[in-house]
Amino acid sequence: MCDQTFLAITFGPCDNCSQNKPLMNIYLKNEPINYCSLCVELMACQGLAKGETIHTLKAESETLKTKLEEERAKLHDVELHQVAEKIEALGQFVMKTRRTLKGHGNKVLCVDWCRDKRRIVSSSQDGKVIVWDAYTTNKEHAVTMPCTWVMACAYAPSGCAVACGGLDNKCSVYPLSLDKNENLAAKKKSVAMHTNYLSSCSFTNSDMQILTSSGDGTCALWDVESGQLLQSFHGHSADVLSLNLAPSETGNTFVSGGCDKKANVWDMRSGQNVQSFETHESDINSVKYYPSGDAFATGSDDATCRLYDLRADREVAIYSKESIIFGASSVDFSLSGRLLFAGYNDYTINVWDVLKGTRVAILFGHENRVSTVRVSPDGTAFCSGSWDNTLRIWA
Amino acid sequence: MTINTLSQDGVQRQQMPCLTKMERMIISMQDPDMGIKLRNQRLLITVIPHAMTGLDIVEWLIKKCSISDEEALHVGQLFVKYGYIYPLKEPRNLILKADDSSYRFQTPYYWMSTRWPASELDYAIYLAKKNIRKQGELIEYEKECYNALHKRINHTWDFVVMQAREQLRASKQRRKGDRIVLECQEQAYWLVNRPPPGTQDSIDHGPERRTTNTRVYVKYCEQYQPHDPIMQGCLPSNPWITDDIMFWNMNSETVALPTKLRVERWSFSFMELLNDQMGRKEFLTYLEKEFSAENLCFWQACEDVRHGETAKIPEKVDEVYKQFLAPGASRWVNIDSKTMEKTLEGLKRPHRFVLDDAQMHIYFLMKKDSYPRYLKSELYKNLLARAITDTTPFAHVFPFMRRQRHSSPSPALATQTAEDDGKAKYSNSNSGTVLGFTDLQMKLLYLSLALFNINSNTK
Repeated sequence: MCDQTFLAITFGPCDNCSQNKPLMNIYLKNEPINYCSLCVELMACQGLAKGETIHTLKAESETLKTKLEEERAKLHDVELHQVAEKIEALGQFVMKTRRTLKGHGNKVLCVDWCRDKRRIVSSSQDGKVIVWDAYTTNKEHAVTMPCTWVMACAYAPSGCAVACGGLDNKCSVYPLSLDKNENLAAKKKSVAMHTNYLSSCSFTNSDMQILTSSGDGTCALWDVESGQLLQSFHGHSADVLSLNLAPSETGNTFVSGGCDKKANVWDMRSGQNVQSFETHESDINSVKYYPSGDAFATGSDDATCRLYDLRADREVAIYSKESIIFGASSVDFSLSGRLLFAGYNDYTINVWDVLKGTRVAILFGHENRVSTVRVSPDGTAFCSGSWDNTLRIWA
Repeated sequence: MTINTLSQDGVQRQQMPCLTKMERMIISMQDPDMGIKLRNQRLLITVIPHAMTGLDIVEWLIKKCSISDEEALHVGQLFVKYGYIYPLKEPRNLILKADDSSYRFQTPYYWMSTRWPASELDYAIYLAKKNIRKQGELIEYEKECYNALHKRINHTWDFVVMQAREQLRASKQRRKGDRIVLECQEQAYWLVNRPPPGTQDSIDHGPERRTTNTRVYVKYCEQYQPHDPIMQGCLPSNPWITDDIMFWNMNSETVALPTKLRVERWSFSFMELLNDQMGRKEFLTYLEKEFSAENLCFWQACEDVRHGETAKIPEKVDEVYKQFLAPGASRWVNIDSKTMEKTLEGLKRPHRFVLDDAQMHIYFLMKKDSYPRYLKSELYKNLLARAITDTTPFAHVFPFMRRQRHSSPSPALATQTAEDDGKAKYSNSNSGTVLGFTDLQMKLLYLSLALFNINSNTK
């Protein structure tokens, strides 16, 4: 066998048989060579010991992999799951779609609840931002953004405005007017300016401040009235995809997740990166605090969700299953923190038991990727948005 | 910022086995039949009850464990070192002497398994008591600790001094014998947990193992499970499932009588109380009775500065100063001199976070003092007793009725005219009045129809 094996697929003439095929770059005694897959197999067979075949070696590596997973799972068992052993398991779990909101002309990318527990704002690839009364499924407001791919939207705490942005690299705030004739776009306020797309935005405790994250690798805090940059947060080495404010007494921190596989915790006053976690194997698409603020969960392209404890300063749980292959795009906790709802790129939503680490239910219904999942402020339901252009309310 | 030190559960797991063993022995030592014979001990002019001699302890251990003199002395020494037994004559000398020197059992209240790690706050109160009781009673290293604590937990110093005074006052009302015993016990506890420099630290332990305090999560989930509608349902019903918004109406901001679950939730944490507008109002009413309402008002004003418009900060800070901080202000808040000094200095160049220290001080004062008392107050208990419980699920009474989904007034409507400073107030968009009436009328209609049907059928 090779001394080292790195797999990367390119296309071209094989170094061995000279045929144009998909190539694997491998290193033989530290020399990089490009062999087609057939030649790789042939070469590998040359190094086989007596009684071994490619088949047996492959089987051996599979068993080793499973063993590794088991050992890993054991490590986690010592912590959260062990203590959770004594807790009652959750019974049969039934959640259904109670409302389907149709109206977007293209992929739904983001959703946020109003504090009145029934209204939501959603944004889509076609540039439309719609405010719905999800309970009656009536559309109440609609804004057309000057750009496509509106990846971020947020409802103001007062319920009087919404913020949104995307490929325009900005975050704009639209006061919601009830005058049907008034063009909402007229009163729009441009607040944030980034040098790349806006991936996520969130109001802080009031209508006056917005926290944003961007593809330019930074997060920033803005004053809405003046558009002034109050604080910027540097530390990610790639696009920042998601952020979430901590529900703490002092209300001074937030967590962000990015394409550099890192989840960073920031102090809003000083702009310092106070904690960093890097155990995911791929982009982190979504971050959300556990309701008490002691931990946060992440959803990633590596098809796992993870729970990180802030005091212990490390990962304490992984939520994964062999049958879940596609990335998790969005996560949120139920009110008590016992359940974690995660939307995946394979069109499903998986519901996890946070304490026991097991999956409680899998929800089918969407006909394309689930891009966003948000639990309502009073925990009575959660909303999912999808690339199938619809939103669903589950309860 | 809280004054918690290490995660108790985590390190307790380390300590538990040896402590449990020691405690079992201590308990059998105090067994009325098989334990050590206790007698009264004269200390100067007072009589201390339930004392024993060092020799008693050693002899008991020899007999019980069938060990040698040397080993019994060694084991007994450990009990003294860990604070389960303390000497009377020379309290600072934590040594077991196999002679007629007097010792007493420490009360379980101060056992290492119950009160470990010793909190900074408690130590500060203890030293403050000593200082107040008799000037100059603090010895050198205690003075240093006192000053260090004063600096470190300065924002709660008011609380510390208040507690110290209260405890001294309470102790004065006790019998002299009891008082001395209690003082001895307390002193022994602190000699073990805050040994003078140079002496061996008996509670030395290995590097902090960062175990996750996983019980925190279990506890939180258990506590909040009854409040989680997806986990446990909600009464009368989940609006999304039954199309009945009674649940939202019953829990709205301006409802006359809150539900029991809601009022109970206020007792989970100070933050829960403040996050609920109704809870905040109730708390304000309570504070008004205690003449400390200015604390909550000050805190709210600080929040407004922190989260409000940047342009308005200087004028808001000025208002706060005039109302709450200036000497002779109408709603003056009681902040310790150090924080006050620092805040006033910062006011010369006001910025968003200039009031943070003062706000934190007042927040923790309310959290540690007014909040627990509110939960024990008549005001809270009355509300809890009157609160609505176990409602009959209306929706299920008329299952055949296809419910109309009514729209609700948009939050944008009410605050459209009011100039908002950015405070997260919004009018109740689920006002029960209009909708509730219609629902009620419909119910009465169906009820009368049903009764009519029954009547006509029985004819």
